[in-house]
Amino acid sequence: MALQMLVTFSPWNCLLLLVALECSEASSDLNESANSTAQYAPNAWFAAASSEPDERISVFELDYDYVQIPYEVTLWILLASLAKIGFHLYRRLPGLMPESCLLILVGALVGSIIFGTDHKSPPVMDSSIYFLYLLPPIVLEGGYFMPTRPFFENIGSILWWAVLGALINALGIGLSLYFICQVKAFGLGDVNLLQNLLFGSLISAVDPVAVLAVFEEARVNEQLYMMIFGEALLNDGITVITACAVTMKKYVEENVSQTSYTTIKYFMKMLSSVSETLIFIFMGVSTVGKNHEWNWAFICFTLAFCQIWRAISVFALFYISNQFRTFPFSIKDQCIIFYSGVRGAGSFSLAFLLPLSLFPRKKMFVTATLVVIYFTVFIQGITIGPLVRYLDVKKTNKKESINEELHIRLMDHLKAGIEDVCGHWSHYQVRDKFKKFDHRYLRKILIRKNLPKSSIVSLYKKLEMKQAIEMVETGILSSTAFSIPHQAQRIQGIKRLSPEDVESIRDILTSNMYQVRQRTLSYNKYNLKPQTSEKQAKEILIRRQNTLRESMRKGHSLPWGKPAGTKNVRYLSFPYGNPQSAGRDTRAAEFSDDDSSDPGSPSIMFSALSRIGSLQKQEAQEIIPMKSLHRGRKAFSSGYQRNTSQEEYLGGVRRVALRPKPLFNAVDEEGESGGESEGKASLVEVQSRWTADRGHGRDHNRSHSPLLQKK
Amino acid sequence: MGSRSSHAAVIPDADSIRRETGFSQASLLRLYHRFRALDRNKKGYLSRMDLQQIGALAVNPLGDRIIESFFPDGSQQVDFPGFVRVLAHFRPVEDEDTETQDPKKPEPLNSRRNKLHYAFQLYDLDRDGKISRHEMLQVLRLMVGVQVTEEQLENIADRTVQEADEDGDGAVSFVEFTKSLEKMDVEQKMSIRILK
Repeated sequence: MALQMLVTFSPWNCLLLLVALECSEASSDLNESANSTAQYAPNAWFAAASSEPDERISVFELDYDYVQIPYEVTLWILLASLAKIGFHLYRRLPGLMPESCLLILVGALVGSIIFGTDHKSPPVMDSSIYFLYLLPPIVLEGGYFMPTRPFFENIGSILWWAVLGALINALGIGLSLYFICQVKAFGLGDVNLLQNLLFGSLISAVDPVAVLAVFEEARVNEQLYMMIFGEALLNDGITVITACAVTMKKYVEENVSQTSYTTIKYFMKMLSSVSETLIFIFMGVSTVGKNHEWNWAFICFTLAFCQIWRAISVFALFYISNQFRTFPFSIKDQCIIFYSGVRGAGSFSLAFLLPLSLFPRKKMFVTATLVVIYFTVFIQGITIGPLVRYLDVKKTNKKESINEELHIRLMDHLKAGIEDVCGHWSHYQVRDKFKKFDHRYLRKILIRKNLPKSSIVSLYKKLEMKQAIEMVETGILSSTAFSIPHQAQRIQGIKRLSPEDVESIRDILTSNMYQVRQRTLSYNKYNLKPQTSEKQAKEILIRRQNTLRESMRKGHSLPWGKPAGTKNVRYLSFPYGNPQSAGRDTRAAEFSDDDSSDPGSPSIMFSALSRIGSLQKQEAQEIIPMKSLHRGRKAFSSGYQRNTSQEEYLGGVRRVALRPKPLFNAVDEEGESGGESEGKASLVEVQSRWTADRGHGRDHNRSHSPLLQKK
Repeated sequence: MGSRSSHAAVIPDADSIRRETGFSQASLLRLYHRFRALDRNKKGYLSRMDLQQIGALAVNPLGDRIIESFFPDGSQQVDFPGFVRVLAHFRPVEDEDTETQDPKKPEPLNSRRNKLHYAFQLYDLDRDGKISRHEMLQVLRLMVGVQVTEEQLENIADRTVQEADEDGDGAVSFVEFTKSLEKMDVEQKMSIRILK
């Protein structure tokens, strides 16, 4: 929706642009007097007519200087937003170049406009603006959206690499440049050691997040991703704020409703985007101007040393740390890390803020910084995509048979699944201790008791209802959709298919198979979650539900034919509302049907469930006080009464632990993976929890029926 | 890490498990911790529900089947050796394994053949040693989005079986399955790095 809002501005923008250009020409000739309102198009508005007929009434005045600064800033922001939108609308572009490229270009454009119209100096960025206004949102956003688990698992490597790497780079570049400066021929004799070292440190600050967007295309492994990401984060100097953001995030998210959560996310992203945009625009503006001092030697050597020292630090440090790592980084990985040393706005800001008194040759430094930034952003940024792809994937162009396609995909899914079973391996003890502490104390204090229902929960419920209703009305419709295991195999003659048929079949298969779940959380600074994986997850979950229900109806559990006489029906207890009573270890409230004693308030629901014929009705009353559902249920339950098979109810029985969005306190695992994935968090996880809870109890309890029939 | 090593003694039958599966001591320890973490009520074994707690499996199209593969022969529980046995299939294959292979010893669990056999069993639910057209269709249904029609799926299933089936019995036996995948790097596809 933000998109549309901004797009409607575009006719306004054209207008504005025209007016601005006109006015900036005209303003230098015009004399000011007061009287312009401070809105977006101030210049063209008429002054209010005064009541004195004697005085000359100025009907139309331009007072550009009055509104200059906010006007220009707003104009820049609008332009940048437009550019960003355009950038993302054209799908292929984000994969080709980092977004910083675009921002710099826009900045340069604006700068040249301003310079070209020979305006007064552009608004100057001073250190207070930067540190107080521009930097914090970026930093906060980085911390908030950071995927915590992988980060902390790799924290050793990240710290080692980022900290030491930065040090080595800074010192190395500084010293090398100092030696260069000593060479008389370049005319740099007056640049002393301190200045060089300082310059070295500011130029070595990288902003590889810019590059991460390009990584999305190629599936870099999680560790690599984390290294680069961690480096970016630490380079921004945000350790303290990160710590706050990280710890805060977990609790904040659980306490707010879904809509607030979304709002927070988008707002933060917006703020940081604006900040970053402004910084890049400043950069662009400074590029075009007279503030440069071009010294070939200094600049070239700076560029060269940046690359050289980064290479040295990468390969040396990783060589050492690989000895200690369980999963060493390959040379390919190291090349990628080396190549992702893209400088960003940070370096520029720091260079710009150098005090002139200490740095008489400040302009030279600024120029050099700009050159390095431009070079790395454009050249490295654009080529890193193809490089990663080249290094990673050596695709054979040979077309695979349908068999292979299918089996390959199956194996990918299988591998992902087994990886999930294995879980993350890391330092268990510290983490476990923290989690215990977390669950026992922090959550009690920090998380609200009655958590709001998420709209996604209700949506999912509605979906279930609809399906259930359909089932009843059309009288066990989906039996045709799912074949029954014991059904006799259809005897089919073997058709010989033509090659085109084969092709089309293969295409259908390839394009429609489910994607394998990506474990690298696609953290993307500029985008929030993709939609397709949610759809996929939803389909899978719904299908699972159907299968469960079907199989229960047939009187035996799923195709792998377990006997249906098992006693125990286990329910996952409902932690909602009772984080402490449902401690981690007693989550599974296990009870057989005879035992309806309630171990706690969560189980009130269960005993109620067993007593009532329409289990879902009770559930609805407890969980979602939604009238519509309630009504729907009545119809549903009566429909079911008509139905002979009692086992159908059991589909409902399973639907026990409907949990609202904050599911992080559920189970260990889920806690972790909940923490990790930002974008996909809400939908996918919510559903995965439900099904995890619902999915159990393939075991089918016959003694349910007598209980139900009692009603 | 001092306290870690004392845990090694806690794993029952550690030696025999290691021999059977080929896991290193460290990996085995990690797996044991994982097993304990999954085992919510400290029962000493895992039930289906424990595995279903893994949220990521719920959105995996093959989640159910993977879970089921841990419970061979209709059992309801899986103990630690059983757990490890399944995961051993996914150990990366090292060259030394194949070279120093003692012909008398049974094939290691992570050999290509055993990996393929594991995958084969994901298809072949009734354990008759063949993937029937029907079973292929079921797998296809699991793995494909809802927008594909039933006829298309049937066509695909037909074609798949037809391609692999050599003796014309309308089903894919294990040998035929292996043959259809001979060009594929199964060892790499079905290996998980961390399970060294």
